[in-house]
Amino acid sequence: MKVHEYQAKALLAQYGIPVPKGNVAYTPGEAKKITAEIGGRAVIKAQVYTGGRGKAGGIQIVNSPDGAEKATRQLIGTRLVTHQTRSEGAPVSKVLVEEASDVERELYLSILVDETSRLPVMMVSEAGGMEIEEVAQSAPEKISKSIIDPAIGFQPFQGRKLAYGMKLNGGQIGEATRLMTSLYRLFMDKDCSLVEINPLVVTAGGKLLAVDAKLNFDDNALYRHKDIEELQDKEQEEPLEIQARDWGINNYVKMDGDIGCMVNGAGLAMAVNDLIQYCGGKAANFLDIGTLNNTERVVNSFKMFVADPRIKAVLVNIFGGMARVDVIAKGIVEAYQQMHIPFPVVIRLAGTNLEEGQRILAGSGIGFTVAKDFYDSARKVVAAAKGAKK
Amino acid sequence: MSILVDESTRLLVQGITGSEGSFHTQRCIEYGTKVVAGVTPGKGDSKHLGVPVFNTVEKAMAETGANASLMFVPPAFAADGIFEASAADIPLIVCITEGIPVLDMVRVHRYLKGKSTRLIGPNCPGIMSPGKCKAGIMVGEIHLPGSVGVVSRSGTLTYDVVSQLTGLGIGQSTCVGIGGDALAGSTFVDILRLFQADEDTRAVVLIGEIGGTMEQEAAEFISRHVTKPVVAFVAGSTAPPGKRMGHAGAIITGSAGKASEKIKALSQAGATVAPNPAEIGLTVRKVLESL
Repeated sequence: MKVHEYQAKALLAQYGIPVPKGNVAYTPGEAKKITAEIGGRAVIKAQVYTGGRGKAGGIQIVNSPDGAEKATRQLIGTRLVTHQTRSEGAPVSKVLVEEASDVERELYLSILVDETSRLPVMMVSEAGGMEIEEVAQSAPEKISKSIIDPAIGFQPFQGRKLAYGMKLNGGQIGEATRLMTSLYRLFMDKDCSLVEINPLVVTAGGKLLAVDAKLNFDDNALYRHKDIEELQDKEQEEPLEIQARDWGINNYVKMDGDIGCMVNGAGLAMAVNDLIQYCGGKAANFLDIGTLNNTERVVNSFKMFVADPRIKAVLVNIFGGMARVDVIAKGIVEAYQQMHIPFPVVIRLAGTNLEEGQRILAGSGIGFTVAKDFYDSARKVVAAAKGAKK
Repeated sequence: MSILVDESTRLLVQGITGSEGSFHTQRCIEYGTKVVAGVTPGKGDSKHLGVPVFNTVEKAMAETGANASLMFVPPAFAADGIFEASAADIPLIVCITEGIPVLDMVRVHRYLKGKSTRLIGPNCPGIMSPGKCKAGIMVGEIHLPGSVGVVSRSGTLTYDVVSQLTGLGIGQSTCVGIGGDALAGSTFVDILRLFQADEDTRAVVLIGEIGGTMEQEAAEFISRHVTKPVVAFVAGSTAPPGKRMGHAGAIITGSAGKASEKIKALSQAGATVAPNPAEIGLTVRKVLESL
């Protein structure tokens, strides 16, 4: 789960990590007031769940409260399109108004779980302000890492090593070590999957300041962090994905094509989308219905397809293991009884209770196309979608 | 032969009395697996599905000689369940549970370092040695005893691949689901090492997916240590970056996480990459015919 920058910074501040003075504004008037309070010069930052805001015009520096009001008016209510968003962009409904900092140097600091050692790793770079993947490619010597043993936690020697790695000196070494120790505590306390301060700024006065912050949280741990779960901004999520979740379909991802897919299992669902592309078509979504054996989720999946005007054909591909094929078949028939389904549907069933499932489909009198195997199902749905386009 | 589980496996089920635990324990017994004990705290000294239930793993092992655990413990308690089984020195844990917090697994992996316990999963379908032992939730009937090893991050895609193989008359030595989480108890490399050493495994099918670097590490290992043919497929060529595709570990966060990078690494290492997921069985047949 993602949160906004202003929320991430509030959490950093709770852990004693220095962040610029400022506040979130929902209206131009509020932005004007905050700017006056922090001394008349400010940075106005669009609050969206995406990176690349600066280049897209989502971050503006203003020199007066009136300037802040004007900049905020230009941002709020628009959609910000960055290199990381889809073409429709991300909606801006609030901005972070912050004191502009006098920057001496820009550094990079992050913690995530390293999949190879399976332990948390703290990573720093003296080249802050740019994407860390670029630094890793162009100047890997500028990155220092330290693996953290959760049994003893983050140790001061690691802080010193990393601080020297960022070319800090004097009193900054202790200051950076304390900051890193706090950041690790936040990472562990809140079940983060990523904490990233980029840039971590050395100010003209030689102090450290978290000028941008990104916090991601482990969805599987949200059950023990209700405070974090409440921070989620549904407006920033894809509407079809929110709709899917409200209907009990947790694994739905919108894609760019016109073939609706309903599959059980994440690996198979990805493979179905890959095979559709191999056969010359394009999936409109990834949808893993999971293994719960009720017809409701099947019916709701069809509601999703009917609600999505892009859909030209639907492929159902179920390999019953824990999921029972007869229940899926019953769900499909119920869907046809409950709503008008305006597109062709191709069905491929295999696995647990297959014969009963086939009997239900055959007895329904509904004109689906039944495919004989995985390959056949993809070819048939691609042909059906192409036929529907004419 | 086979790897990890066979006729000598004496299975213990942690969470045997829950609904999933019950359902799948029954299926394992029907398949012929020796399920010797169940563990559910508070339900000790009873029987469930004809299997004696104990309060602790330690006691279950002492009284039944169990040498592997199949876990259906809910995510919030799963790490504790793994600690418990490992503290009792069980040689093998197969953790089916989906949704365990990553930082719980970080602690688990740290604890398992230097211990004798091998962990498979979590978030996996388990292990199947056809005709010998089913320690998992996969459909038993689609398997056929034979000499192709299968290792996969996926569940249902593996069922499809196994049924492709069986449909072509190609049997399997062992099928191992290593799970869809970012932190896997056993990696592709761990399982490839076992298949390479298993004299009855002639070829290996590796089914990867987007996210992480496990496939690249497998490629590196294949090029240095695997002499048996490997057929590979990587799911998620069409997955958009930054989106979690169902599995907790299936998310492209950097260029290494992309399917194309993984496919490139595996081909360069000498693996035969299937052109699409529906032709994995046919690709295996071609490779076997050329031996």
